[in-house]
Amino acid sequence: MAGTAVRGRLTWQVATVGAVRPETSSVRTIDLDVPDWAGHRAGQHLDIRLTADDGYVAERSYSIASAPGEPVQVTVERLDDGEVSPYLTEELRPGDEIEIRGPIGGYFVWDGTEPQHPLLLLAGGSGVVPFRSILRHRARIGSTVPVRLLYSARSLPDVIYRPELAASGDGVDVSYTLTRQQPPGWTGHSGRVTPDLLAGVAWPDDLMPLAFVCGPTAFVETVAGALVGLGYPAGQVKTERYGGAGAS
Amino acid sequence: MSPVTRGFHGRRREPAEQSGRVPPGQYVTSDFPVLSAGPTPHASLDSWTFSIRQAGDTSKSWTWEELRALPAEDVTADIHCVTRWSKLDTRWRAVSIDTLLAQVDHQARFVLAFCDGGYTTNLPLADVTSGQAWLAYDYDGAPLAPEHGGPARLLVPHLYFWKSAKWVRGLELLAADEPGFWERYGYHNYGDPWREQRYAGD
Repeated sequence: MAGTAVRGRLTWQVATVGAVRPETSSVRTIDLDVPDWAGHRAGQHLDIRLTADDGYVAERSYSIASAPGEPVQVTVERLDDGEVSPYLTEELRPGDEIEIRGPIGGYFVWDGTEPQHPLLLLAGGSGVVPFRSILRHRARIGSTVPVRLLYSARSLPDVIYRPELAASGDGVDVSYTLTRQQPPGWTGHSGRVTPDLLAGVAWPDDLMPLAFVCGPTAFVETVAGALVGLGYPAGQVKTERYGGAGAS
Repeated sequence: MSPVTRGFHGRRREPAEQSGRVPPGQYVTSDFPVLSAGPTPHASLDSWTFSIRQAGDTSKSWTWEELRALPAEDVTADIHCVTRWSKLDTRWRAVSIDTLLAQVDHQARFVLAFCDGGYTTNLPLADVTSGQAWLAYDYDGAPLAPEHGGPARLLVPHLYFWKSAKWVRGLELLAADEPGFWERYGYHNYGDPWREQRYAGD
């Protein structure tokens, strides 16, 4: 495992907002022009700080959606009871300036330097964001590591990056489970991820797969526990969670 | 001084957030969010022990029954997670680390907490003594749930909550500081929320 990914002090810097693109009705991808970006690894996150005119500040962390070497992007889901995510998804416009610092986190990362381990990516909702960085990184470095992505979303219109995921190319197998609403003729999975569903999707443990699980706490608890039940060593299952009222 | 963000007003501040009880950059939640790097371990209490180690040897070890027989305290504390949530007035049943260390001869200056699942975190001895740290097994009147670190976790409320190691199984007593899991991955070595020591260099 690589050591720290943080080089020296992480200072706040001003980023300029480029394009803001809708991904779903509640999710936006935001391009950030960061003059002094030190580069990031796939799976890392950054901090965003907003300052009100009375000096009040709010800070939150967001996964980086773009690959290492690409301009910085974040993909943000609006949480109805949130404070920062409604601003980022509804108010923020191209040309605005916000403060960021990063990249942060050296554990939930994939560099592509261990090609002997097939990848299993398990996303719940906007937990797919760091996996977009990983999949783009895989393509950019020409990796042939086989990947299976299982993405749990409420409904098809809630799926983030659907066209891009559909075009993932050779060696990347994307499957969906829709938990609340399935379109007519839906042939994917339905309902929340269960150990049985996971057993049908996951690489056999004897292939020494590396699993990344990202999503709300209940999703991560279920999925990570089920992977251990399938024989995955706990150290081969990396998790990242978000959730809790007011968490963004 | 941070530049003002156009159009950002923030939500109405909670009274608690204005009372000086919430460190900079934190917000108050009534939830108890879960954060961990891997799957939740499920330890069997029959074989569970808490050990104090020195130089690789176990100086003292308690079974679950022995731990539960030690004098315990009701602790009420505010906790602060590096991911920015703070939770006020959390209630724990816990054994003081002072009580445990009193049963061991040592000259240590640092401790490295070790846990099921391989997680570690480092603390100065001075931060886990003098009534500042506990081994906690009940939360809010019920056994501590596995996803929150049960059967037992450290409780070091004056530092960011990653120092309050979940699924803790013991303390290694050390003469020299040794970074733990998140401390090796770019998080601050000490983690004082009041000085916003989130990441290395803060």
